[in-house]
Amino acid sequence: MQYAMLIYAEPGYTDALSEDEGKAVFADYMALGEDPRARGGGQLQPIETATTVRVQEGQTLTTDGPFADTKEVFVGYYVFDADNLDEAIELAARIPAARLGGAIEVRPLVER
Amino acid sequence: MFASLVGFLGDFDLAEEAAQEAFAVAAERWPRDGIPANPGAWLTVTARNWAIDRIRRERTLAEKARQLEVPEATVDELDDTAIDDERLELIFTCCHPALALEAQVALTLRALGGLTTEEIGRAFLISEQTMKRRLSRAKAKIKATGIPFAVPAEHRLPDRLDAVLAVVYLIYNEGYSGRIDLAGEAIRLGRVLAALMPDEPEVHGLLALMQIHHARREARFSGEELVLLEDQDRSLWDLQEIATGREALERAIALRGRGQYVLQAAIASLQADDGIDWNEVAALYAQLAQITRSPVVDLNRAVAVAQTGDPERALEIVEELELSDYQYLHSTRGAPLRRLGRTDEAREAFERALALARSERERRFLERRIAEL
Repeated sequence: MQYAMLIYAEPGYTDALSEDEGKAVFADYMALGEDPRARGGGQLQPIETATTVRVQEGQTLTTDGPFADTKEVFVGYYVFDADNLDEAIELAARIPAARLGGAIEVRPLVER
Repeated sequence: MFASLVGFLGDFDLAEEAAQEAFAVAAERWPRDGIPANPGAWLTVTARNWAIDRIRRERTLAEKARQLEVPEATVDELDDTAIDDERLELIFTCCHPALALEAQVALTLRALGGLTTEEIGRAFLISEQTMKRRLSRAKAKIKATGIPFAVPAEHRLPDRLDAVLAVVYLIYNEGYSGRIDLAGEAIRLGRVLAALMPDEPEVHGLLALMQIHHARREARFSGEELVLLEDQDRSLWDLQEIATGREALERAIALRGRGQYVLQAAIASLQADDGIDWNEVAALYAQLAQITRSPVVDLNRAVAVAQTGDPERALEIVEELELSDYQYLHSTRGAPLRRLGRTDEAREAFERALALARSERERRFLERRIAEL
């Protein structure tokens, strides 16, 4: 089954880390991306670069800023192929944001 | 070939069986049809196909059984290992942390307790309709998210077992509600768990705790009035149940259990003695506080210390706690204050507790305490 891992964290959640700690976090993210079960993923640029788009009555409405103005923001995602939810949860637990005050939402993808 | 089977199936025993099956078929067919061009590949494919078939058949059976919602067998009927394994898997599936706690409770009562949806609804003061929806949603989530029907792997087992025990204890604490004896149900579940996981000390610990506590239920109330442990009519205690509980506790201790349920059971057991060793009780609460880091446990420790005849120390412990909105904090201060002759402060403490009391029984109990001052 394919699972989306939606990563939420406070902006600047890695700022307080030392250089070594920061490198380790980066390495963890890379390793997860290179896991044979990974099917995709990406790190989003900071929230200041967000633009929200809606279409109402044929008109495209564009506003500055993220969809949800919350303390914790959507910072990135992975898609993993896993046998079951327990395996997915273990992968999610390895995502650095989870241990740095953030949270990972794990949801299965609709199968096509 | 065997290694690739284990990797493919994720199941050591199944892989072994599949391999044996493949060899058996080969021994039968090859003399007849000739050895295939790639014998290794032939064996692997044959073994895999056999295993896949077997998994499909078992899954269909398990699924059908659950759909029929057949009432579960009692402990006495558990003599088939396959059924045992399935029941254990079911418990862990029902209590998966990804499910809402109330869903875990409902599923466990339905799938393992054999209660009807209506009975569960009644026990939790919820309509049958609502309970049905809760159960459906939970089952749908299990299916949609791929919650596995399996006993968790070794490294996940401690946490997952904690979750199961928490659900059972939650059910126990609901007590007698809507004409359903949930405490009795929980104890039954505890016995099933103990039979399925005889080497887990905390499982025996929880069973012991529930049984010893349950044994005192008739003495806990006098009419509508709450009766303190020290004032309870011990002739109303179910001595057989206390003995059974103590046996479970011994099993837990023999397995070197030292976790939260074993400690609580040990405390309950001590409190069922003729002359209660309050020093030992206080010491056990101190150990429990280390594990649970719960100020409520420290409060209970304070009560035990007060019982040893050291009201000053008891007050010290209580004063360090940050539980100002917790009624029991105030009532716990009241007794030692009274013993120290600080009557005005005692009255104030009991009155604060009274203001926070949530039931008629508790209010009347506190009013009596105040009247006694």
